[in-house]
Amino acid sequence: MKKVVNNKAWFLVLPVVVLVAFSAIIPLMTVVNYSVQDIFDVNNAYFVGAEWYRDILQNPRLQDSLVRQFIFSFFVLLIEIPLGIAVALMMPTKGARASLCLILLAIPLLIPLNVVGTIWQVFGRTDIGLFGWTLTHLGMDYNYASNPIDAWFTVLLMDVWHWTSLVALLCYSGLRAIPDVYYQAASIDRASGWAIFRYIQLPKLQSVLVIGVLLRFMDSFMIYTEPFVLTGGGPGNSTTFLSQTLTQMAIGQFDVGPAAAFSLIYFLIVLLVSWLFFTTISHMDKAK
Amino acid sequence: MNKQTKKNVGISVYLFFVLLPIYWLLNMSFKSNEEILGALTLWPESFTFDNYAVIFTDPTWYMGYVNSMTYVMMNMAITLVVALPAAYAFSRYRFIGDKHLFFWLLTNRMAPPAVFLLPFFQLYSSVGLFDTHLAVALAHCLFSVPLAVWILEGFMSGVPREIDETAYIDGYSFHKFFIKIFIPMIGSGIGVTAFFTFMFSWVELLLARTLTSVEAKPIAAIMTRTSGATGIDWGVLAAAGVLTIIPGLLVVWFVRNHVAKGFALGRV
Amino acid sequence: MNWMAWTLPTALFFSFIAVILICMTVYEIKSPCVERKGFLPIETTRGDRLFIGLLASGYIHLVFVGLSEMSLFIALGISFVWLAIVLRWG
Repeated sequence: MKKVVNNKAWFLVLPVVVLVAFSAIIPLMTVVNYSVQDIFDVNNAYFVGAEWYRDILQNPRLQDSLVRQFIFSFFVLLIEIPLGIAVALMMPTKGARASLCLILLAIPLLIPLNVVGTIWQVFGRTDIGLFGWTLTHLGMDYNYASNPIDAWFTVLLMDVWHWTSLVALLCYSGLRAIPDVYYQAASIDRASGWAIFRYIQLPKLQSVLVIGVLLRFMDSFMIYTEPFVLTGGGPGNSTTFLSQTLTQMAIGQFDVGPAAAFSLIYFLIVLLVSWLFFTTISHMDKAK
Repeated sequence: MNKQTKKNVGISVYLFFVLLPIYWLLNMSFKSNEEILGALTLWPESFTFDNYAVIFTDPTWYMGYVNSMTYVMMNMAITLVVALPAAYAFSRYRFIGDKHLFFWLLTNRMAPPAVFLLPFFQLYSSVGLFDTHLAVALAHCLFSVPLAVWILEGFMSGVPREIDETAYIDGYSFHKFFIKIFIPMIGSGIGVTAFFTFMFSWVELLLARTLTSVEAKPIAAIMTRTSGATGIDWGVLAAAGVLTIIPGLLVVWFVRNHVAKGFALGRV
Repeated sequence: MNWMAWTLPTALFFSFIAVILICMTVYEIKSPCVERKGFLPIETTRGDRLFIGLLASGYIHLVFVGLSEMSLFIALGISFVWLAIVLRWG
């Protein structure tokens, strides 16, 4: 659709700009200010330049949690995207059964994040949780509270449980947008199931998949509450991700300066990744 | 086994995986603590409503739900009021800095709440909003407004321009056209946007917990109370958890036919 | 405003950004720009190039702070040169 140039449209977006600026720009400026000072209280702050940034970038604890964060997000995407596509392909296409499927799939998305953590905390326990109990009775040495590998497995499983539905619902709506004619043509050509997927469905899913990857990357990159409730970041620091390290610093230890510097580095990473995605999306919109 | 059967089996297995942990929570909420800790039972053998009774008779418990609902509703109202005109502007006009403004809005959706924790606390304390519902509602606007603009823009782009132009020719003013004609046309888009605003505000805990202490404390933060000196009160915890799922279920029921499109942010 | 803990360098930094944004807006009104292809792999407008330049400058500073002990004024200098290059030929 051709858009008209009209700078008066600024008046329509002004409320949003004011509102978001209040909640985003003022805090962001504050974070920048904090990040260059050593703050004891309101009247005792000393300018330290880039000191905190150097500390943060050379701090092994933070480097570790950054690496863990990337590994986690990588696995999240690796599992959830293909699984989500598969679920969407298996869903009924119309009628009451499709509605039922949609609602059931949406349930995990509507549960408060800490309740998700609680559900899996209970579900995975070897004494009172069905999942942990079953694994133990199958002879596996499973304990998410003491074994790092089990903890990782449980956190990943929880995330898959929680968010695969999002990818599936996205893909489902993408699939519904394919006209029946395409499938009829394919069946005349006796195309195989794989060929239909590869040459008809996958190309149509492209734009929703970009959104799905973007949302899943971002949300897994800032994951905080679920692992915090489930494992508390442990055992040791094995499931402590970026947001949790940051929150510990800012609220727990009240290291305002380093926490602010950390926030800004975090924000720069997010900014770069979202810009890459946004550029991709807008180029795809243009190509259409 | 033919292909359709295979698909049905596959989707059933996945739905089973989705529902099992939730069933387990539901199951626990109807058990007494003795039964929960005593032996693993697949359904409540001594069925009890006691856990729910605890929540519904104690104001410190049920006020948590009221608080959460209050700020979620406020957030929804604020978000829709500011996002509707903005989304219209983005879908219809080009103006200086439009692309960059849109991107800037999106970065706020992407920004980790943990980054804003400290300044938010300071900001809302300094303007006297700390521990009010409005503070949480405003803080949640940070990610709900960009998302709402994004979804609504997708839906609005699906409405042909000709409709706007015809209305203007017929002598409608912008306000009248927008409220009387345009908003009813994208009703389903607004419903879906409201759903998403609800969802992200309802599930968020980190900001809500940091910005409140007593008066506006969300249910999710109150739930941590169940771990007392005598260990965790699993039954009440489970019951509180189950009750947090219900509002979401009610809301998703109303928009079930549009949910998938909404997840695609209106752009399929 | 006390709680925001302003310092001179950060105030200068934000004023600088604000001045750039105002200048870009005025420039855009006076002579609207068209997308063009420079040495960057995508078509960009003036605003895009500014954003790319600033974001990259942020990373340049981080690299300097994280990997070397050199003065940040060197990084600042490099960033200005880079910003000019991107805005002109990007």
